[in-house]
Amino acid sequence: MSYDVPKIEGEEDPTFGNSTAGTGGYPLWEVFVRAQRGLSHVHAGSVHASDGEAATQAARDVYTRREEGVSIWVVRSSEIHATDPDDSGDWFDNPKIYRHPTFYEIPEEVGHM
Amino acid sequence: MADNDLYLYLLRLADDNLIVSQRLSEIVARMPDLEEDIAVANVALDHLGQARNLYTYAGEVEGKGQSEDDIAMLRNEREFSNSVLVEQPNGDFAQTTARQFYLDAYQVPLYEALTKSSDVNLAGIAGKAAKEARYHLQRSALWLVRLGDGTDESHQRIQAAVLAMWPFTGDLFVTDGVEERLFEAGIAPDLVPVRDRFDATITEVFGTATIVRPTDPYQRIGGRAGFHTEHLGHILPELQSLYRAHAGADW
Repeated sequence: MSYDVPKIEGEEDPTFGNSTAGTGGYPLWEVFVRAQRGLSHVHAGSVHASDGEAATQAARDVYTRREEGVSIWVVRSSEIHATDPDDSGDWFDNPKIYRHPTFYEIPEEVGHM
Repeated sequence: MADNDLYLYLLRLADDNLIVSQRLSEIVARMPDLEEDIAVANVALDHLGQARNLYTYAGEVEGKGQSEDDIAMLRNEREFSNSVLVEQPNGDFAQTTARQFYLDAYQVPLYEALTKSSDVNLAGIAGKAAKEARYHLQRSALWLVRLGDGTDESHQRIQAAVLAMWPFTGDLFVTDGVEERLFEAGIAPDLVPVRDRFDATITEVFGTATIVRPTDPYQRIGGRAGFHTEHLGHILPELQSLYRAHAGADW
């Protein structure tokens, strides 16, 4: 389903890399939030915004309003390369349990790893 | 009497925040997109939090047992001392943005100056509020630039909005005996450097946003003394009716 975005006379058609239906013409951005120093940025969700600066502002308000983060990354959704769900069997569904380091005896002296 | 001066001064600071918070709350769920909807709710809540801290402290300073709600909900229009800027209608998104930008450009230097107040409670409240105000300013400046340097339509609207809100900005910098005595006591800051920073912020952001800076010398003042525009009289009934109908209501 698509919606008509109102356009000013003479305004160029916005050409974005992904669907902008119902968003006022803004592209989609993926948001990654770091909860605290030392941890990695974790995907939190996505926002619509006109540009990177506006996307970080929107992400700050949408995803960190309850003190969830100390740092935000945003990236255009269209810039993300993903694995094909149809390939998931070939790529991931081949158990190699022996690669988990659970077959080693850890000496007492090493303590918790 | 110094304590009464401080009480009145705290109300001025608090009323600006309560009224702008009420205005912003009116448009929650009506913003151009979901992201801004949440953002405007955050800003409204920040201002409400600042108002609550200031009213609570004002109640302690006054010493008559008034709660934050009593002070916020039981005063009439003439007793409200917010600047006339914050009571102006939301208008379109450009007008809301322009009003917010002017307020943010004033509150950042104001709160930063207040962190050096000789009144430690006020300095503490200002320290927390200054962080919020700096974020608000970044956000409203961001929108000013995107609207001003955006499409023909958005440029035209934000230019009209900064002109429409301009005559209400002078009220932010009006001082009287209350503030002069508190300045002597080291409690309230000198508003001259605050205004200088306000002007510098406006010049810089308008420049980036390709917005022509208003020069109209006419300024509608009087809010600090309780002389408001017609809009405040419509805000207060909606804000206060529940508390007035159910005295002492808690929610």
